[in-house]
Amino acid sequence: MADLRTTFAGIESPNPFWLASGPPTNTYGQVARAFDQGWGGAVWKTIGEPIINVFSRYGSVDLGQNRMMGFNNIELISDRPIAENLKEIAEVKRNYPKHAVIASLMVESKQKAWHEMVKQTEDTGADGIELNFGCPHGMSERGMGSAVGQVPDYTCQIVEWVKEVATIPVIVKLTPNVTDITYIARAAITGGADALSLINTINSIVGVDLTTFEPQPSVAGKSSHGGYCGPAVKPIALHLVSAVAGDPAVKIPISGIGGIATWRDAAEFVALGAGSLQVCTAVMHYGFRIVEDLIDGLSNWMDERGHRSLGDIRGRALPRVAKWEDLDLNYHLLAHIDQDKCIKCELCWTACEDGAHQAIRRLPRRNGGPVVEIIEEACVGCNLCAAVCPVQDCITMQRVPNDYAAVTWKEYAAGKGKLAPRSEHFHTAAWSTSAKS
Amino acid sequence: MANSIPALPDEQLERNFADIAPPLTADAALLEASKCLFCHDAPCTIACPTHIDVPAFIKKIASGNLRGSARVILDANPFGHSCARACPVEVLCEGACVLNDRDEQPIKIALLQRHATDYVLERKLRLFEPGPHTGKRVAIVGAGPSGLACARDLRRYGHAVTVFEAKTQPGGLNTYGIAEYKLKADVALAEVQDILDLGVELQTGVTIASLEPLLATYDAVFVGIGLGSTKRLGIPGEDLQGVVDALTFIEHLKTHPYRETAVGKEVVVIGAGNTAIDAVTQAKRLGAATATIVYRRGERDMPCYHYEYELAKRDGCGFRFHAAPQRVLGNGAVAGLEVRTTSGTETIPCDMVIIAIGQQERSLAVPRNDPRVFVGGDCANGGAEIVNAAAEGVSAAKRIHERLTNG
Repeated sequence: MADLRTTFAGIESPNPFWLASGPPTNTYGQVARAFDQGWGGAVWKTIGEPIINVFSRYGSVDLGQNRMMGFNNIELISDRPIAENLKEIAEVKRNYPKHAVIASLMVESKQKAWHEMVKQTEDTGADGIELNFGCPHGMSERGMGSAVGQVPDYTCQIVEWVKEVATIPVIVKLTPNVTDITYIARAAITGGADALSLINTINSIVGVDLTTFEPQPSVAGKSSHGGYCGPAVKPIALHLVSAVAGDPAVKIPISGIGGIATWRDAAEFVALGAGSLQVCTAVMHYGFRIVEDLIDGLSNWMDERGHRSLGDIRGRALPRVAKWEDLDLNYHLLAHIDQDKCIKCELCWTACEDGAHQAIRRLPRRNGGPVVEIIEEACVGCNLCAAVCPVQDCITMQRVPNDYAAVTWKEYAAGKGKLAPRSEHFHTAAWSTSAKS
Repeated sequence: MANSIPALPDEQLERNFADIAPPLTADAALLEASKCLFCHDAPCTIACPTHIDVPAFIKKIASGNLRGSARVILDANPFGHSCARACPVEVLCEGACVLNDRDEQPIKIALLQRHATDYVLERKLRLFEPGPHTGKRVAIVGAGPSGLACARDLRRYGHAVTVFEAKTQPGGLNTYGIAEYKLKADVALAEVQDILDLGVELQTGVTIASLEPLLATYDAVFVGIGLGSTKRLGIPGEDLQGVVDALTFIEHLKTHPYRETAVGKEVVVIGAGNTAIDAVTQAKRLGAATATIVYRRGERDMPCYHYEYELAKRDGCGFRFHAAPQRVLGNGAVAGLEVRTTSGTETIPCDMVIIAIGQQERSLAVPRNDPRVFVGGDCANGGAEIVNAAAEGVSAAKRIHERLTNG
């Protein structure tokens, strides 16, 4: 059985799965129940001067019948008194000593206010502190959340204030709503951060009611931009985690956040450098019980692949994240259609013909024979046909060997290396003479 | 009818004749629509005689554009609504769905088609307008699906149309002949009304004996008179009390309260086509203790669709194969059917015999080489589905329009 025990910036937890700061970590009752069901840690709903929330708070982006493919919220930090939150954090930590309990904090940008808040938090016995510099709505209008996390100097300054008094690890939660997240990450490190967590939510408007023209979620006819999350944001989060993890200036651990719903998502984040994983939207959708398969699926996969601990896979994909100019131009692919698997929907044809490179030929429908075939001279190996094909492994991309050594754009542009020959028919309309039926 | 048994309670009859394929809920329709792959050059569309652009109308359901969806359907097939309920989709669009080749259930095209067309029928949304007046006049003989499909498109082209119908109500077999649990007469008539509302003149109770007077008055004539009455068996006892032909039986059922249609306790249906299935299942649903198909050939020879056979079996109907009717027995009223089997002669006890061995051709003389005369539907194709009649009516309208505008 794979060893999922995690030590993140010195904070130990039985597995890497932490509840991210948000509605699921609002109370003792929720966090205790989550730990009972297997969660390894929890980052408490952000504490600060209690706020007043609006009623309508969440908006969903559905894909067909799939609910909450994307999700946004305009909810603010905790609306419960600081003392009450701190009391419950202490209680959770006392009753669940082996689990990671992290307090998420957000107060006004004053040194004294931060000192006071950090000291009170340390009295609870919490394992660490996460600084919420990412919340993009509401709090940012008051000079907190992403208003801090979008300015490197502010980020650095407040981390310094916190570190002046903190004795437990300090994690800085980054906002993706910036031009280059590595600048903020470096500023947090300069300020003394012990770890980073990312991404916080992305600025968004989830939709507009076409009867009333109210943006969603509507509050008495109006809405505000809110934080976007859920499965839809995972690719953005993966990129930003890899960008920070791959930055040579970043030598502190990273907690991965953003659309994690399955063990596969989790494994991808770890492969790109995440040391722990935080989940919120998937729990808001399906409840704490999802942790069972997160653990079970990850363990089974690790056992099957011979990975004994998370350390074996952490960052394994990072060396493969390259600049475009370092990709091999002589690596040639060709789409291959398994005609026995083809169900003759012709989605590949219409996608390639209208949306790509006119490299698939239609054949007349007769006698159950093939209805599409790859025009090898025109195929640029782009993957689109394989992406639209509804049958697994029907269209595969196959390597076309050549005798040429690898050559990157950087080398080629510098006059080094030779390009393997390419079809003269790329980028011509010569093949758009598909069979008409 | 002397042999009839007491009617079942009304609530039971309502249940027995309720829609066999209830409509999809809005959620189920969205889920189903989202499963459609949106094939290019889709096999479902190719398989449909009216070539409804199936992926297009399903995509519109998925996007919440039900009006647009219904328009795609009805543009290609004026009887898209009754087809959604009565089409043999297992051998047409749904049978061609590529998901069958992925070893999955096909998209529920018929139910989605009903979902979209229900939407516009229930709201009485007007999707089509008559074309600009051309001054040309077309007579249509027969207000069945082929004639009315032709009439609908001729009105869209702008020609004046008069439809002559022998019966008191339009719709042909849609109104009078489709199994009650598939399509009810009021639904069929609502669909017909949509077509009539385009400005089609309808004359009911008019039997056309000769096309000559019409050809003298109109610029073209479309003949869609369907087939005639059920063929006779030509065996002794055929006129006994309790022998009825399937079309008469079904028409009575569809035009009266259920309890008023007489049914025997032990019913025998002679024939094994789709009409025979409609007769045997409905006899059973009316309350017959036994309802049995008697067929002179074997199980594999039955002309009915396989899924209709399965339906009859699910309804608890019986089947006697290789049993050739010799005579109907009885003294005044039916008491049994004598059949010849592979092992000799045998009597099947019964108190009602329904004959369903196909329809006769009508006797109206249709000039074969008059370019002003067009034919379609059952009288032209020998008896097929609503969708074939609709396709032929639509195609005839196109040809008539070409003749009237270019000829």
